[in-house]
Amino acid sequence: MSVDNPRAREKEFPDVDGAVSKQTWVDRAYELFDNKKIRNSSLLGLAAVVLLIPTFGGNYVMEIFTNAFFYMVLCLGLNIVVGYAGLLDLGYAAFFAVGAYTTGILTAHFGMNFWLTIPFSVLFSAMAGIIIGGPTLRLRSDYLAIVTLGFGEITRITARNLEITGGASGLIGIDRPELFGLRLYQIQHFYYVFFVLVIIAIFVAVRLHHSRLGRAWQYIREDEDAAEAMGIDRVKFKLYAYIIGAVFGGVAGSFFAVKMTAISPQTFLFTQSAMILLAVVLGGMGKIPGMIVGAFVLVIFPEVFRAIGDLRMLFFGVVLLVIMLFRPQGIWPERRS
Amino acid sequence: MAILEVKNLTLRFGGLTAVNDLSFGVDEGSITSLIGPNGAGKTSAFNCLTGFYKANEGDIVFDGKSLMKEKPHKITQLGMARTFQNLRLFKNMSVLENVMAGMHCRGSVGVVGSILHTPKQRAEEKKIKEYSEYCLDFVGILDKKERLARNLPYGDQRRVEWARALATKPKLILLDEPGAGLNYDEKDDLIKLIQRIREKLGITIFLIEHDMGLIMKVSEKIIVIDYGQKIAEGNAEEVQNNPRVIEAYLGKEEEDEAV
Repeated sequence: MSVDNPRAREKEFPDVDGAVSKQTWVDRAYELFDNKKIRNSSLLGLAAVVLLIPTFGGNYVMEIFTNAFFYMVLCLGLNIVVGYAGLLDLGYAAFFAVGAYTTGILTAHFGMNFWLTIPFSVLFSAMAGIIIGGPTLRLRSDYLAIVTLGFGEITRITARNLEITGGASGLIGIDRPELFGLRLYQIQHFYYVFFVLVIIAIFVAVRLHHSRLGRAWQYIREDEDAAEAMGIDRVKFKLYAYIIGAVFGGVAGSFFAVKMTAISPQTFLFTQSAMILLAVVLGGMGKIPGMIVGAFVLVIFPEVFRAIGDLRMLFFGVVLLVIMLFRPQGIWPERRS
Repeated sequence: MAILEVKNLTLRFGGLTAVNDLSFGVDEGSITSLIGPNGAGKTSAFNCLTGFYKANEGDIVFDGKSLMKEKPHKITQLGMARTFQNLRLFKNMSVLENVMAGMHCRGSVGVVGSILHTPKQRAEEKKIKEYSEYCLDFVGILDKKERLARNLPYGDQRRVEWARALATKPKLILLDEPGAGLNYDEKDDLIKLIQRIREKLGITIFLIEHDMGLIMKVSEKIIVIDYGQKIAEGNAEEVQNNPRVIEAYLGKEEEDEAV
């Protein structure tokens, strides 16, 4: 047995403040954001711009923004699993599918009011979280990734083969919801609805991050054994992360279903899960503004370069590679000193 | 009265018996040490006590309750805290957040409370913060609470680990080589700290240590193991003069050469 001298190890990995000196102007700009006054005023400004976009932007712009809002909610949800708790999930689209199908089936087959379907979608997506999480959370990263990948595919294939989900053609004619007597059908309605959804998602994500629960996830992410030694039940808290992440996906899925009025298994392909994960990694895991930026880039980029046709996805791929090479920690990462 | 009672504990890794039929007791309010040469099974025994390893045979009774089937987090909740031989801090978190981890098992607020910021949640957060600061003050590094754990000098990182263990409000604290990597002055502080933990907080202390000087100064009872078996037990003087202990540490004297 070798004598383990921790002090020698410390010298081997001198990870002292070296990172800070490499700060770029981008990071300094982010630091400004830590100032409460600057943050609040810039957020207010941002909110004002977002609220005003429908008055001058056309349907196309609103459609893209609504789509971006939708991905922001999904990213914030997946961020709880991947960013906060440090669990790789390659099947996140499954939870979003559960929510979408729950709302689709309950409104189309049972004529239920859309707003009443949301609690069901919360319930079912949470159950999906437990079903996938319960037996698998004892696994460590790589294995967990494979199992979640499988679960994502199982969900999609099940949806394609059941009668109640409409099989391969999916569900069509999902009823539009009403809000205080106003029928939501125009794109600007959904624009505002999804914007509110993003605000709620951010609120919940922030509150969770700065709580006993959020800290527990961080402890587990940093060192599972030490967290366990501190009396933190790692399986229980990982499961919480899964359930909450699943609920975010489920609720987003419900709104997605009524916005599109039609859903099919094609919507929930593996690429969908991969795209959401990509936005999370691109934005900067664990950081809420990072999720907003990541989702926004994911949606906007292919639209801006629509002119160059199919080549744009190739171009997008190259740009992502370049970003990851120069900023492996993501665009707006969690940084602390 | 013994707060911790180990009876015939045996741990095997395949064909290797790391802990072999080990029995001992730790009296409430005492400072007890477990020593032995490298590879004697000290850390393995520790890991059995804290639930990280599952012993094959025997029983561990802590505060009147068997720990054989409990998970590590449950054992911590029951009041047995530990530190690690090689520091296991949450390196990218602040010192205060590190210590707050210890208070986690004494809290109860869940998802809804966290999202809604209920009065109960706010009261609990305040309590967690205050007690964590108290623990940091106790080990003497309250002024560094906002720094990142990885940026502290080694000696201070050790202190963070002790504070974190204290924050779990334990009845018994297990220190796995607390003196490893510390210099002479730091070891002196450690001895004083160990005594203060017992005197002021009333916590029983059980430690593993290599440093004989430290052990002899601080412990009231010493258990010596070799090859996973207990070879001696007693106070510093008794153990030092025990021939089996001398043999384990220095080897056996050759009869022929002695003549």
